[in-house]
Amino acid sequence: MSNIKKFLYVNRKAPYGTIYALESLEVVLIGAAFDQDVSLAFLDDGVFQLTKGQDTGAIGVKNFSPTFRALGDYDVTKLFVERESLEERGLSEGDLQEIVYEDEDDDWAEKPSIKIVSRAEMADIMSGQDVVLSF
Amino acid sequence: MSEGPYTHQAADTAYHFVKSALAKGHEVPRVFFYHDGVNVSSRLSVPPQDERHIQKNWSELAQEHGIDLVVCIAAAQRRGLLDANEAERQGKDANNIAEGFRISGLGQLIEMGIQTDRLVTFGD
Amino acid sequence: MSTLHTVNKSPFTNGALLSCLKHCKPGDAVLLIEDGVYGALAGSSVAGAVSDSLEDVTLYVLGGDASARGLDDGKVLSGAKTVGYDGFVDLVVDHARTQAWL
Repeated sequence: MSNIKKFLYVNRKAPYGTIYALESLEVVLIGAAFDQDVSLAFLDDGVFQLTKGQDTGAIGVKNFSPTFRALGDYDVTKLFVERESLEERGLSEGDLQEIVYEDEDDDWAEKPSIKIVSRAEMADIMSGQDVVLSF
Repeated sequence: MSEGPYTHQAADTAYHFVKSALAKGHEVPRVFFYHDGVNVSSRLSVPPQDERHIQKNWSELAQEHGIDLVVCIAAAQRRGLLDANEAERQGKDANNIAEGFRISGLGQLIEMGIQTDRLVTFGD
Repeated sequence: MSTLHTVNKSPFTNGALLSCLKHCKPGDAVLLIEDGVYGALAGSSVAGAVSDSLEDVTLYVLGGDASARGLDDGKVLSGAKTVGYDGFVDLVVDHARTQAWL
């Protein structure tokens, strides 16, 4: 029997205004040590977590957006971003930071971790999980 | 449980849900308190006499049914919730975690996701 | 297997309910709790969108939360089913996973 479960971290909130995005990322980093099948979903205001050019200097809060780029080192390589959520906010994939991982099964080739999916695909991803953690 | 007591209803909803689950014969091995949910564990809470005592309700339920009430250490330290050990380690002059709650890491949440049949989130 | 979705926000200040309904699969259940119960109001600006989704999805309202807010059965969409906390527990058991739309 396999002990590997499919975990989905659902991010629907923008960063900084509340702590949910940061504390979600902290769960992902700790959870990575448990060798489960981990995916992250970004939809609704959650897509704002991944935007480029975040500068928190003036608000005195740590900018945690670079941490997303380190997720590949923790074998967290599936970041699903919903296309409709981006479009509703006037954003496109180019507004998001580039996040890559090295694929050990493919001679350590660099591959994108972010995958833009439709709302219908996001619904499929959600319905295929064992555990859904919402932030 | 990821929202604080009194401001938001989540701690009440979670409590009623857990009580119902237990009454129906289900096992509830653990409740993990995260984000502002850690504030439920403060034993210094003194609500008016005619109001529900959220922390006490949880402590009593946990004692009666052997539920492991875990308060996330990172979230708790940010918000000024310390048990006796942590207070000493951090050089603080007081601690405030109520009986029945214990401080531990986020791994305790992931572990429940792996081991249990269902995981339910209450929050804001 | 299907999903139980919980929504605890009023749809008049927060997009959680509508987003949830757009991500439901046929056979899923949506349980409105806390301020989420306002999403079951008949005749509201979101009632049409909520009713349209009832073809594929079953809508439940946590009765204690509805009563607390003065929502009696006459004010609630006819397709919505009222459950107690024990019904909430059964819904969690009957669906493979629970997803909270916080």
